[in-house]
Amino acid sequence: MPIEVRVPTILRTYTGGSKAVETTGANVAEAIDNLEDAHTGIKERLVQDDQVRRFINVYVNDEDIRFSGGLRTELSDGDVVVILPAVAGGSA
Amino acid sequence: MLTIDRATYDAIVAHARRDHPDEACGVVAGAAGSDLPTRFVPMLNAARSPTFYEFDSTDLLALYREMDDRDEEPVVIYHSHTATQAYPSRTDIDLASEPGAHYVLVSTRECGSGAGPVDFRSYRIADEQVSEEEIRVVDSYTDADVAQPATKE
Repeated sequence: MPIEVRVPTILRTYTGGSKAVETTGANVAEAIDNLEDAHTGIKERLVQDDQVRRFINVYVNDEDIRFSGGLRTELSDGDVVVILPAVAGGSA
Repeated sequence: MLTIDRATYDAIVAHARRDHPDEACGVVAGAAGSDLPTRFVPMLNAARSPTFYEFDSTDLLALYREMDDRDEEPVVIYHSHTATQAYPSRTDIDLASEPGAHYVLVSTRECGSGAGPVDFRSYRIADEQVSEEEIRVVDSYTDADVAQPATKE
């Protein structure tokens, strides 16, 4: 069973409008590389300097990967990866 | 145009006053496609800052999951500016990620946490472009509001 990736509204231009796509990979970095093969351009929106971008949140089975090893967080078949842009801003 | 009921409008303003001088933030969810903000969800500003706001990442996931389960969207995303005008900053524009939402800005620079005047304004932010829109505050939504949602540009 592959890994399911839930895609936020602003990145659905890369997935032909799909809210969820499937991919494979032993960890999040690999999954994103495989996602990039099928949906060119999406990686740049997620990753910068080999880290998840500051204002992008990636969750594996409901856990923010910042607390579980970042892009090296391991994945198993059937895992669900959720991508959500931060809701943030401010006067600064 | 943003159509919003008085109770929700007042709840946003009360939240902004309460958290002053830190920025307050939250969403008003509504049925997907309705363009009507009905469910007020104040969020914790994880940054606890007078110049920045960010939803806590765990709260953010819970919020989106809940909206998904209820077939809702973030119709309004609001935050306050506590020392500047109610206009989107460069940061607000760069980080805006819901092109379908009404971005509401409330300025508490005049009233602080007191009862003075607030500035309450609404914008669309998409592709780095900001457009201010009219706000219609209603006592409650009528059948016409429900049947004919304002068109989204």
